[in-house]
Amino acid sequence: MLSSKASCNSHGQDSSYFQGWQVYEKNPFDEVENPTGIIQMGLADNQLSFDLVESWLRKNPDAMGLKKDGESVFRELALFQDYHGLPAFKNELVEYMAKIRGNKVKFDPNNLVLAAGATSANETLIFCLADPGEAILLPTPYYPGFDRDLKWRTGVEIVPVHCSSSTGFRITMLALEEAYQRSTQKLNLKVKGVLITNPSNPLGTTMTMDELNHLITFAIAKNIHVISDEVFSGTVFDSPGFISIIEDAMDRNLENTDVWSRIHIVYSLSKDLGLPGFRVGMIYSNNETVVSAATKMSSFGLVSSQSQYLLSNMLANKKFTSKYMKENQKRLKKMKEMLVSGLKKSGIDCLKGNAGLFCWVDLRHLLSSNTFEAEKELWKKILCEVGLNISPGASCHCTEPGWFRVCFANMSQATLQVAMQRIKDFVERSSCTGIGNISNYQQNMYSLSRKLLGNWVRKLSSVDRDEQER
Amino acid sequence: MAIEIEQPSVGLSKVAVSETHGEDSPYFAGWKAYDENPYDESNNQSGVIQMGLAENQVSFDLLEKYFEEHSEASSWGKGAPGFRENALFQDYHGLKSFRQAMANFTEQIRGGRAKFDPDRIVLTAGATAANELLTFILADPGDALLVPTPYYPGFDRDLRWRTGVKIVPIHCDSSNNFQVTPQALEAAFQCAESMNLKVRGVLITNPSNPLGATIQRSVLEEILDFATRKNIHLVSDEIYSGSTFSSSEFISIAEILEARDYKNSERVHIVYSLSKDLGLPGFRVGTIYSYNDKVVITARRMSSFTLISSQTQHLLACMLSNKEFTENYIKTNRERLSKRYDMIIKGLKNAGIECLKGNAGLFCWMNLSPLLEEPTKEGELALWKIILNEVRLNISPGSSCHCSEPGWFRVCFANMSEQTLGVALERIHKFMEQRKRKET
Repeated sequence: MLSSKASCNSHGQDSSYFQGWQVYEKNPFDEVENPTGIIQMGLADNQLSFDLVESWLRKNPDAMGLKKDGESVFRELALFQDYHGLPAFKNELVEYMAKIRGNKVKFDPNNLVLAAGATSANETLIFCLADPGEAILLPTPYYPGFDRDLKWRTGVEIVPVHCSSSTGFRITMLALEEAYQRSTQKLNLKVKGVLITNPSNPLGTTMTMDELNHLITFAIAKNIHVISDEVFSGTVFDSPGFISIIEDAMDRNLENTDVWSRIHIVYSLSKDLGLPGFRVGMIYSNNETVVSAATKMSSFGLVSSQSQYLLSNMLANKKFTSKYMKENQKRLKKMKEMLVSGLKKSGIDCLKGNAGLFCWVDLRHLLSSNTFEAEKELWKKILCEVGLNISPGASCHCTEPGWFRVCFANMSQATLQVAMQRIKDFVERSSCTGIGNISNYQQNMYSLSRKLLGNWVRKLSSVDRDEQER
Repeated sequence: MAIEIEQPSVGLSKVAVSETHGEDSPYFAGWKAYDENPYDESNNQSGVIQMGLAENQVSFDLLEKYFEEHSEASSWGKGAPGFRENALFQDYHGLKSFRQAMANFTEQIRGGRAKFDPDRIVLTAGATAANELLTFILADPGDALLVPTPYYPGFDRDLRWRTGVKIVPIHCDSSNNFQVTPQALEAAFQCAESMNLKVRGVLITNPSNPLGATIQRSVLEEILDFATRKNIHLVSDEIYSGSTFSSSEFISIAEILEARDYKNSERVHIVYSLSKDLGLPGFRVGTIYSYNDKVVITARRMSSFTLISSQTQHLLACMLSNKEFTENYIKTNRERLSKRYDMIIKGLKNAGIECLKGNAGLFCWMNLSPLLEEPTKEGELALWKIILNEVRLNISPGSSCHCSEPGWFRVCFANMSEQTLGVALERIHKFMEQRKRKET
């Protein structure tokens, strides 16, 4: 009775990534109310700098009250549904984007298309660049949501570009070539582009100049598009700094060449500004046809004029944005360092990262065998015994078992300390034999969580639970 | 470094370069003429008056008053948790309080004659997104939806562009006030079959755009029976349900289902939006209400691509939960629209122009067929150009709404002041006088 899209699994909601959520929702950690609950470390939200935004809001009631210089602009905003977006908002966004890139790039607001979140922006770009049955190359590991965002309604395929720990998960020319060959020769899929996330989710690293060069050279050679999802560009807190693909293209003097019109950037205010609820995403492209088509398509996901107005006012305050960027980065760095050192004390290493809201953690040494089954077992143990919801590498299409994404920006320092202690206890327990070492509290939590996970796994196909983003 | 050799530009998708977005039709060309020379009461009295935009501007004062008096709706209260919780909220279930408020509001519009379960409401960024999303769920590329003509020009894009689904028209004509008949339904179905298209559903707009009239109970029953017989879906776009001129004339498909004890209801889905009744198109608020569990679940997941800003959900949850406000708004809005409608009908009648008898919406369906040089689409477009360029009114030609009878035009009346409407009517009067004089 329904379309094949409605019946298929491309929405991706039956993966373990979402299962962990379901268990968390039944027993969520709370510092006061539920200190033995599950700590959510699978949600890449930034909750560290709300106080700065709240303080700005208190000082600027007109922005919330839809007033300009004391006069109501309610009517104009209520009627404003122009898919070109609020001009003032786009002007501020391009300036903000430039600022994030150290003002080494200048963006034209006419090349910016707004969308209801990066989720919508990515899907729209794929609709513009590829036909059903064609393929987009995606370096692994990648954000699980891409399986839905890029494939579900578009009918486009994802072909993974395998990156391994032996090269620090860096994208190599070899890996790109291999994926291209596999796509065209083995799978018979025409490749239309490669999509990178820079800074990377889930790795938490910025791309090197080398990687960006490989990508551009590859895109030129194969005559394909490059989509650079830069939603985490405002979360770079350490060196080396962030280099956008567009900067690299400029450095190589490619502005007047063909590939310039095949480079497209996606951005959003959900990660660095911590405002995923307001649904502000965007596409930046130097390709007129793409901008034109994407603009029309944005009718299906426009940004509320109420939110456009609020945020254009906020971003117009340069003092605020400078202060926010600096302070936010400082706080992210602190939390990251806490997590890394806490893990180190438990003998656990992370991939060296300088960006993002998460760590790419190496738990290979805790696997009972070098398999994804063992990874899943370990993940369940950590969820149920340790009480931490972290994301297993398999859900990010990682080719090597044992890696996990652990988020740190969606909690207080105190909560992070609790998480670190639990890991320490777990590792110590794991190095001893025998079940007698499990404390009463852990035993209770273990059985409760195990039971909940069992129930949820059984009900998996009929459960409808929201998946939080990235 | 190797020399970069220029290669021919790689293509974009077929969707990106197709014309199915529909923006090259006259519906949009008139807008251009308006944009270049827009009427202004003080500054440009000879400009083009925009009568092609179905916006509701007659009741803004009520909204502005609410907004002024209820700052808690636009802020998040004194405590910190309000803002951050809201800013983080991207759950595709949507704010429960907002869905509850929408359920109540839509029940009120129907005079309590239908009941809505807030858990069956899926939120989308506007009805544009809702209609496209439903099409993705109900039909595969290459399948067809049957849509009665004349219909809203935007459907060509919303239902077809990215979905690859086709529209097969259900032809309606003035012989019976453009109502859908069982014969027309069957004819459309056969037509689809002859083109080897699988029909997945019927999409109706009730009250109708562009007719400005509600669908009669008997016709709704026939359409539902037809959908049941053919085992296809029925989508009822009810975005103008709050813009009827009387409270009793609108019958929602929900009422029909309730009367039938919800038998066969899993094929029915209702689209709503706050863009027309509440005049808030900028806030992007649309809903899908489905009696089909699988559709609700799938639509919810798909709504990730088109969520409503949590800031806006919060504002509207407050506003639409305020019974005093909603009751007064619905009543006052109806009265004002009714008054406008009477004004335009009278004005057109004085100029010798007849309209279809309407009872809802933000526009009237005007009959200019007696004025056509030739009873064809070309004749209609020629007349449209004259009205645009000489009379300086941007109205929508019936052909852009796929009307099979030339000479009908949709004229909007709620997106301007009474004074501007008066000016427009004067111009029409003058134009008609001039034509009469030419003929004698």
